[in-house]
Amino acid sequence: MQLDELVRALNLKVSCAEGSLKRQVRGGYVGDLLSDVMANSKEGDIWITRQVHQNIVAVASLKDLAGIILIQGSEPALDTAAKANAEGIPILVTDLPAFEIVGQIYKLINP
Amino acid sequence: MRESQKFEKSFDVQGGSFQNAGNVSGQIKSILKEMGVSTDIVRRVAIICYESEINIVSYAKKGTITLVVTDEAVKIETKDEGPGIPDIELAMKEGYSTATAAVREMGFGAGMGLANMKKYSDHLIITSEVGIGTCVTMIVMDFSKILHPDLPPLTL
Amino acid sequence: MTLKDVQDILEAEVLVGRDQLQKPVKTAFAADLMSDVLAFAKPDSLLLTGLTNPQVVRTADILDITAIIMVRGKKPSEETVKLAEELKIPILSTRYILFETSGRLHAKGITGCIEKVGGEI
Repeated sequence: MQLDELVRALNLKVSCAEGSLKRQVRGGYVGDLLSDVMANSKEGDIWITRQVHQNIVAVASLKDLAGIILIQGSEPALDTAAKANAEGIPILVTDLPAFEIVGQIYKLINP
Repeated sequence: MRESQKFEKSFDVQGGSFQNAGNVSGQIKSILKEMGVSTDIVRRVAIICYESEINIVSYAKKGTITLVVTDEAVKIETKDEGPGIPDIELAMKEGYSTATAAVREMGFGAGMGLANMKKYSDHLIITSEVGIGTCVTMIVMDFSKILHPDLPPLTL
Repeated sequence: MTLKDVQDILEAEVLVGRDQLQKPVKTAFAADLMSDVLAFAKPDSLLLTGLTNPQVVRTADILDITAIIMVRGKKPSEETVKLAEELKIPILSTRYILFETSGRLHAKGITGCIEKVGGEI
């Protein structure tokens, strides 16, 4: 599934890198500990997290993740947003908590 | 004051003692439960206590947490011998943190602690002196009683 | 749904609280940040997390969480197990990642313990 389809289906707010929504979403990873996400996420995963500091962009970029979804209405920090725009890493925002948004994503990618 | 004061107790918290972090909050929660304080207030006090305790363990050499219960409110007062907070306004900002890797490993240190303490208390006052320590006073009010006209005014 | 059903869905190992598997479960909260859990999780929910230290049990106790599900096959330390036994908080360990764990439970009807953020305490 393409990232922009996910955005539409889940009514996500596109906060950064609007031009990079053609990426393929192959799976998902939930985690707030960067070392865990570095170690265990896979290429093409959509990453769901509560962390907003700029290191999330570095992790997403290094691991070739499809994008980042910030939960519970969290907005990226200013330097995070600047970095994400510069590197073309999409940051999306939902008001839902992780469990709920993941449940919906799971259903979409495992119909 | 203190005519309506029912209870006061202080607890010591040891800095750096991650294994025991939460012990005091657990005790305070049990005390309030036993006193018959309403579930919602017990929960709010337990949360602010726990975040306070984590802060003392994470940053200070040692500290105390004092629980004061009156008819209308619960007050939590923390005092620590720690590095102090140079810029309180900045520290209150969600996401701002000076936590060490060890603290982050535990699932804290994401810059949400003070925000949680503010969210779950009705009043929060922080005073801090760099190199000396930090004091935090938090009050959780029992509005059901305060709104009752027959009760005496808040005395905390 | 009961904790036993959750165990079956996640093919989980029960590490603490074998005697509490009949407890009912309706909602869940997934996070690795305990402050996030403290800010938003509701009583009587499941706590799904990748952490295994004693603070997870403390957090669950403070919030009256029904049970802790540790993901990615992670096993808690001895101190964590001891504290959970003392505070009577069940711990289940599943090999699924947090994404899969949440997805599977959600598909079987468990819902998030808050609908969305804003104003609620």
